[in-house]
Amino acid sequence: MSTQASSDGESQVDYTHTPWLDPSATPFIQIKNINKQFGAFTAVSDVSLDIYKGELFALLGGSGCGKTTLLRMLAGFEKPSSGSILIDGVDMGGIPPYERPVNMMFQSYALFPHMNVEKNIAYGLKREGVAKAERTERTKEILNMVELAEFAKRKPHQLSGGQRQRVALARALIKRPKVLLLDEPLAALDKRLREQTQFELMNIQEKLGITFVVVTHDQEEAMTLATRIAVMDKGNFEQIGTPAQIYENPRSRFIASFIGSANLLECTVVEREGNMYSVSQSSNSQAILVEYDGDLSIGANVTVAVRPEKIRVEKRSAVSSAVADGHNQLNGIVKEMAYLGRLSTYHIVTENDVMIEVTSPNQARYRDGNHPIDWDDEVTINFAPQSAVLLTE
Amino acid sequence: MNQKKSKFLVSCLIFGYAFLYIPIFLLIIYSFNYSPLLPVWGGFSTRWYTRLLESPEVWSATALSLQIAFISATVATVFGTLAGLALARLGRFRGKTVFTGMISAPLVMPEVITGLSLLLLFITLWQLTGWPEQRGMMTITIAHITFAMAYVAVIVQSRLAGTNQALEEAAMDLGAKPLRVLTDITIPMLAPGMMAGWLLAFTLSLDDLIIASFVSGPGSTTLPMLIYSRIRLGLKPDINALATILIVSVAIGVLVAGWIMLRQQKQRALLANQ
Ligand SMILES: Nc1ncnc2c1ncn2[C@@H]1O[C@H](COP(=O)(O)OP(=O)(O)OP(=O)(O)O)[C@@H](O)[C@H]1O
Ligand SMILES: [Mg+2]
Repeated sequence: MSTQASSDGESQVDYTHTPWLDPSATPFIQIKNINKQFGAFTAVSDVSLDIYKGELFALLGGSGCGKTTLLRMLAGFEKPSSGSILIDGVDMGGIPPYERPVNMMFQSYALFPHMNVEKNIAYGLKREGVAKAERTERTKEILNMVELAEFAKRKPHQLSGGQRQRVALARALIKRPKVLLLDEPLAALDKRLREQTQFELMNIQEKLGITFVVVTHDQEEAMTLATRIAVMDKGNFEQIGTPAQIYENPRSRFIASFIGSANLLECTVVEREGNMYSVSQSSNSQAILVEYDGDLSIGANVTVAVRPEKIRVEKRSAVSSAVADGHNQLNGIVKEMAYLGRLSTYHIVTENDVMIEVTSPNQARYRDGNHPIDWDDEVTINFAPQSAVLLTE
Repeated sequence: MNQKKSKFLVSCLIFGYAFLYIPIFLLIIYSFNYSPLLPVWGGFSTRWYTRLLESPEVWSATALSLQIAFISATVATVFGTLAGLALARLGRFRGKTVFTGMISAPLVMPEVITGLSLLLLFITLWQLTGWPEQRGMMTITIAHITFAMAYVAVIVQSRLAGTNQALEEAAMDLGAKPLRVLTDITIPMLAPGMMAGWLLAFTLSLDDLIIASFVSGPGSTTLPMLIYSRIRLGLKPDINALATILIVSVAIGVLVAGWIMLRQQKQRALLANQ
């Protein structure tokens, strides 16, 4: 993602800014061993997390995994059962929501139905005691930023979903909080508007330099938006890392299948040469070579994870000799095929009866409509040992 | 078969409504009867209304009733709103269900019992503290507040249960302290419910006879009490006129309250579709 390297002005983002790698950097938000019980039910269990200034941090996870609960604890609506939260070095324990340097954009937007757009947006400034003239000025400014100037006098129910969402964003931004919390900000929008708004969000975040914490259950959205992602499951963090780290180096089977899709093959280690492991699914099946930096003993149970787009598929009659060198190569038959325009997805059953999903870009144009690889074709698939990951959890 | 059934249902309906409304219509019609003898129609006239307006007794009873209704409705709205708020927003606590049930008990309590118990309360209070020295407008107002409050609380509570608590949290998130949240967000959201509650309380107070009879004293006669006492002296047409006025004002109150609630329901449906 780091193509521009411009040095003029502060508004330009530094894509190489990676404070989480710097041990001397102080985190802006420190979540320390936070635990939240609702009666006997544990919604968030003993999580710790550091978020740095200017990050756009995503909390990603399935429904009911505790994302909203964690966000509400940051905002002050929910009290942690144990543990502490520090924002900019200040312990938030006992500080009510209306005194925290944090604003939240609600999942349902929560626009005040009896106030018009302008009043909704200016509400935070009014409560802060900002003088009327400045209030009007700043409201106008932010209305322009979210392109809603002509809707200033409308009531929320007279707006479209996307417009409401921008009002909610403007209302949460106008106080220039140190941290902006966004609970599924784009969930109510259709796909096109969502993608467009994702970029708007990123632009705004870059422009204002506010630290964003975004909750989402849409992994693509998290990948697009975030500097780092924490993947949550049942109140725990499964993995924390940059989108690329999480996608390319999933820590567990759960992550590998939750983020994107992956072929998961249950194997045992049969041989090792340096960091090149040879694993196989059963004693009589073909060995698979995987590069792995950890230390595993012969006979250990592992899972091989390969992303569908990292596998090449070719008709067996047309296998090019250039491929094979050092790559894993398996024979199979196409059981299902879906043409998606940009790419095609194949479900291929290998000789030892394992179903493997492969996606490949449709580089050539099939003018007669006939796909070069079709149902029931005999094919060969191959992937590099570096393209697969060994998972032990 | 089906048509027969529906005919049967329709006649049931007509009979039911006739049973309900014919007496009222009769009363209204007789209030315009020239003849002082009830069953004899002596032609259309408004003379009973004129007579009514000339009676100082009627004027003072009306003034008293209106004052009591206004004060008790207003106070009941404030207290009822607070009670409804507390019940809806206090979160879960031990015995919440019991409390919620208890607030609506006055709605089903026989008025005779409410009246009697309030009378006992005032007498006990008088013995203990010397207050109230005399029963009258003050005691009637207090009695009306207690039972009208329950109606308001129930209306407010149901209104709150249907609203989005996120609105209040959003206000707090933007820097509003709890009291500010109440005045900026909660009260405006509740306004239609409070309005409906006020009108209902006003109407209830205006047409209450039983409770008022228990707790009133000499010299404090409300309009329904006046009507009742006059009727005991024999049916007179001017009472029909008075009753007609009462019916019309109560009907207007109920209609406006109903209209407000209907509008508020529609608004809520609109917001829910957001
Ligand atoms: N006030 C509460 N009382 C009891 N349980 C609660 C409460 N709030 C949340 N929970 C439970 O805590 C768990 C986590 O809830 P949370 O709202 O954080 O989920 P989420 O990750 O935001 O899910 P979603 O993606 O569906 O919004 C859920 O199982 C939920 O039922
Ligand atoms: Mg949620």
